[in-house]
Amino acid sequence: MNQYKLQENLAISDSGFLFFPSTGETFTVNELGKLIINNLQAEKSSVDIIRHIIELFDIDQQTAERDFEDYLSQLKNYDLVTEL
Amino acid sequence: MNVAVTGLNATDNPGPGVPVIRSLKEFSKFDGKIIGLLYDNLEPGIYMKDIADKSYLIPYPSSGLEIFLDRIKVIHKKEKLDIIIPTLDSELYAFAKLSDKLLEMGIKTFLPTIEHLNIRAKDKLFDFCESNNIKVPKNFTITSQKDLYQYSEKFSYPVVVKGIFYEAYIANNFEEVFSKFNKLSAKWGFPVLIQEFIQGDEYNVVALGDGKGNTVGAVPMRKLYITDKGKGWSGVTINDNNLMELSRNIIQKLKWKSGMELEFIKSKETKEYYLLEINPRFPAWTLLAPAAGQNLPEAMVKMAFGKKVEPFKDYEIGKMFIRCSWDLFSDMKYFEKLAVQGEI
Repeated sequence: MNQYKLQENLAISDSGFLFFPSTGETFTVNELGKLIINNLQAEKSSVDIIRHIIELFDIDQQTAERDFEDYLSQLKNYDLVTEL
Repeated sequence: MNVAVTGLNATDNPGPGVPVIRSLKEFSKFDGKIIGLLYDNLEPGIYMKDIADKSYLIPYPSSGLEIFLDRIKVIHKKEKLDIIIPTLDSELYAFAKLSDKLLEMGIKTFLPTIEHLNIRAKDKLFDFCESNNIKVPKNFTITSQKDLYQYSEKFSYPVVVKGIFYEAYIANNFEEVFSKFNKLSAKWGFPVLIQEFIQGDEYNVVALGDGKGNTVGAVPMRKLYITDKGKGWSGVTINDNNLMELSRNIIQKLKWKSGMELEFIKSKETKEYYLLEINPRFPAWTLLAPAAGQNLPEAMVKMAFGKKVEPFKDYEIGKMFIRCSWDLFSDMKYFEKLAVQGEI
């Protein structure tokens, strides 16, 4: 499974507000986004993050993997993550 | 200290006078008098409380340098000006030409030379960037309708049509170019620039150069909201080392003396910064700099008086500004006094 690294200096608040100081861009993310970004900041592996998604949202492995990859493709679009 | 400031036209195309004054009055221990120099009775800064202590109408520099200087002499006799901070592009050549005479009168300025003003002029910027390896959109300098037709086959649409002093429009075909070209040349004269359109986000830097190549301070900002006139109505300070290094490099190459604004666009495609313009004075959003920790207008005044100013090292990242419209009320008597006597 692909591994991802979050851009440095990305700041996320408890409310899910994201500020990227290099570009001044801001985003508002939902609970899934918060979970993924917080885990990427903690340098957790993709497998670990998917396990957290399953636990928090009580969904099956396949759905969690699909949601995770969908979300990461959006983060890549905004240049917020790089693939390792 | 008596500080005269121009550009109190805090309109939807705002002059930088009011924020420069607010930088001095609200963000520093300024203990002096502010004298507003006005070109129009309806410049909103005149009607704002706690901006100018006294205001005077002055003629446009285009009416002749002698007439312009005579008026300043009259104001100086009454107010004993210590320094003038011009903030409008269209008057800077006049003030730069008169700086020695003003100094003889005891009035300081902190301005670029005519040569430096010319290097960064919109029609010369491309050459400066090309010779210094700074990325810049390709452009055509058009001085007549004949030129426009002649170069039209080389345009790759959309293009940006820019006035020599102010205003820019995106044009998607030759008809739109032609219409904007006529509008801009009638308003601001020639040349009109036809510039390559680069898709991306706009980033601006407010900075102060010491005239020896050093950057005294610089604060970068991303425009969050842009008006139909292309003015930043909201912005946020950012942190991008590439942008800061590029800005310091430009100031070093120009040996820029005075406040300035560097306008960039970050290409969506290549992520590289392209220099769009160098404005030779503080921008209308200058107040964001002291709000973020760098009072550049105050530093400039100190330097004009020969005081040593340590370069700023930091600023607050994520500091926002939001401009607003706010109705002010006044009386015809006030307006009348200004219209009849030329001062208030």
